[in-house]
Amino acid sequence: MRHGRYPFIVGFLIVPVTIYVTFVIAPYLQAFYLAMTNWRGVSANPKFIGLDNFQRLLQDDIFWKAIRHHGVLLLVLPLVAIAIALVFAFLLNVGGGSRGGTLRGVWGSNFYRIVFFFPQVLAVVIIGVIFRRVYAPDESGLLNGLLGVFGIDPIPIMADRNIALFAIIAVLVWQAVGFYVVLFSAGMASVPKDIYEAAVLDGAGRASMFFRVTLPLLRDTLQVAWVYLGIAAFDAFAIVQVLSIEQGGPDGATTVLGMEIYRNAFSYSQMGYASAMGVALFFVTITFAALTLRVSRRETIEL
Amino acid sequence: MSVPPDSTSDLTRRTLLRRAAAAGLLATPAAGLLSACVGGGEDEPTDQAEGEKSATNPLGVDGKAPLEIYIFNGGLGTKYATDVHVPSYKKAFPDAEVKFNQAEEMATVLQPRFTSNEPPDMVNNAGSKLMDQGALVQAGQVQDLTELFNAPSLDIPGKTVKDTLVPGTIEQGSFNGKPYTLNYAFTTFGLWYSDKLFQTNGWTPPKTWSDFTALLDKAKAAGKTGYAYAGANAAYYQYLVILTTAAKIGGADVLKNIDNLEDGAWTAEPVKQAAQLWGEIGAKYMDKAHLGLQHTEVQLQQNQDKVVFYPSGSWLENEQTKDTPAGFNYAVVPVPSATASDKLPQTAIYAAAGEMYFVAAKGKNPRGGMEYLRHMLSKEGAKGFTQLTKVLTVVQGATEGLTISPGLTSSETMLKAAGSDYFAYRWDTWYKKMDDECRAATNELMFNGGDANKFVTRMQKVADEVKKDPSIEKFKR
Repeated sequence: MRHGRYPFIVGFLIVPVTIYVTFVIAPYLQAFYLAMTNWRGVSANPKFIGLDNFQRLLQDDIFWKAIRHHGVLLLVLPLVAIAIALVFAFLLNVGGGSRGGTLRGVWGSNFYRIVFFFPQVLAVVIIGVIFRRVYAPDESGLLNGLLGVFGIDPIPIMADRNIALFAIIAVLVWQAVGFYVVLFSAGMASVPKDIYEAAVLDGAGRASMFFRVTLPLLRDTLQVAWVYLGIAAFDAFAIVQVLSIEQGGPDGATTVLGMEIYRNAFSYSQMGYASAMGVALFFVTITFAALTLRVSRRETIEL
Repeated sequence: MSVPPDSTSDLTRRTLLRRAAAAGLLATPAAGLLSACVGGGEDEPTDQAEGEKSATNPLGVDGKAPLEIYIFNGGLGTKYATDVHVPSYKKAFPDAEVKFNQAEEMATVLQPRFTSNEPPDMVNNAGSKLMDQGALVQAGQVQDLTELFNAPSLDIPGKTVKDTLVPGTIEQGSFNGKPYTLNYAFTTFGLWYSDKLFQTNGWTPPKTWSDFTALLDKAKAAGKTGYAYAGANAAYYQYLVILTTAAKIGGADVLKNIDNLEDGAWTAEPVKQAAQLWGEIGAKYMDKAHLGLQHTEVQLQQNQDKVVFYPSGSWLENEQTKDTPAGFNYAVVPVPSATASDKLPQTAIYAAAGEMYFVAAKGKNPRGGMEYLRHMLSKEGAKGFTQLTKVLTVVQGATEGLTISPGLTSSETMLKAAGSDYFAYRWDTWYKKMDDECRAATNELMFNGGDANKFVTRMQKVADEVKKDPSIEKFKR
């Protein structure tokens, strides 16, 4: 049996590994190399310039602005999205109280479950275009139209540098919540009903049931959600590109690294510099993922 | 004009053999893969088509060689190419296959082809996603057009192509003194308004700054937004106007200094004064909502008579054809004089040869590409273009006696009145980064109560950065 085991394994792996190396590893390596050149994207022979691009990066205001925005996204996006998704998931699954001995969700929870998932089905670009209308700066916009009913003057939402980033975060949250409702629902479904029932018998209210039973038992799922949302916070490119004015504006108030990479690569033809940003983004993301997994590691509860 | 070196097309037997061998190598799959990556490409041009030179074929086009062209599908459409220029080329070379392509995002579609040294022969590099022309020139991807400009015109007897052009055309397409692009459309810039709206209200187009603000006050009283531009994607219409005012105050050299990245070019007094004047217009007469709108949305509001003045180039009328109500009658007026001591007269305007067309130096048929440009520059070609797009070309007198539309007539009148007092700048295409920064700075100045000092120091800072950056090639004019 042992004989011929390696050829067998190799036979299975050779195709996926080749594809992975060609389309994932090789471009990564190429980006690392390009980051050390002054390539402008229109000739076939870049010149090697060492770490100059990274030195420039350290002094680039807009790069640090983008990093700061990722910081804000990283704090706000997972927190808000997970909080909302948890509340919804709880209401949909066990929030309705117990009836006939079993716990159930609030009335109409099957309907809500589908509605919450809708945004997840839409392409990001479409969401961007839709919200361009929602946020339109005059009374033709959905929000400003509503404000107009109450006699409030239109607010140029995407054009106000203090509001714009949060308006974008709101869209990201709106889009993400549905998926995490489903994820948490699945997590809650795997919690044995008798634990809940025991809690109910002991006289736990909805709030203490949520904080003392549901939350601790969902720890693993929460951790996954946190890493996913954290990585999403390092992206946000598509929505910024479509929704923000001047692509990352006003005046860089909503820009993210993806946007700056795109701009440097395709509009300033500074492929080398853009690659250096890409490399920076790579390290930032990987550090975040490693840290989160490490910090939140704890004994899991055997059910 | 110097004769261009002919070495690239001069095939000796040895180079031919060498290239054949290289081509054979590239054909093997492994090398083919390599050439697709960065750094693996062959730098020398592949075999390029060439025919016999003659009186009717001064550029030596190979009449059988296929020609591939790419046209930007934007405000001007593509009909002028498919209905006028391509047929004209096909008539001269019936055996040639002309592959017509169109795109809306030129860089997305074409940059990979340039990187892999398989470019199309002639490209209309335009639109908001245009390729960085300076970078292309720097990489040796662009054909020197000296030969084209020295060739005889297609249908204007006794003149070379160069002689038929509006003065300044070749300079507008030159990079460090060598002509690399043909800037074909001759665009005039000014403040556009509806002649009908002015007639019904008894308003007259302003000539001085106080006329201008008085009129804006009247517009405000009538419940209209006096002045508007679209902050979301068209702030460059506005910085063009600011710099036009700066040039009027201090002369066209103000713009030349900016182009040449001279120290303190932006912080110069005329630029500051212009920014000051326009900043006040922004604070007093503009609608903040326009910062979040796209150009088409603001232009539509003008068509609905909600906006009085809109800064734009002469493509505006054609762009708005569908939305313009009958009798709207587009008209245009030069940017008003700023002070009584302006260096340039009120009639002076920003006018430039725009819309870049270039020939790929490493394409398969660069001679055909140049010949195609020669057909565009014929009298018939230029006339056809103007008829279909309502935009003038750089070919002098091609539209004499034609009345096409009110807006075009108005901009022709404005151009005539300007005489030789027209000017333009190049920095926005040379240094894309400054363009982006200026859009943001302009929006800040006009919508967010930014002041003139902040505007000019901000621009000076980015200009200094570009100047110091060794990876960006510098240009002079």
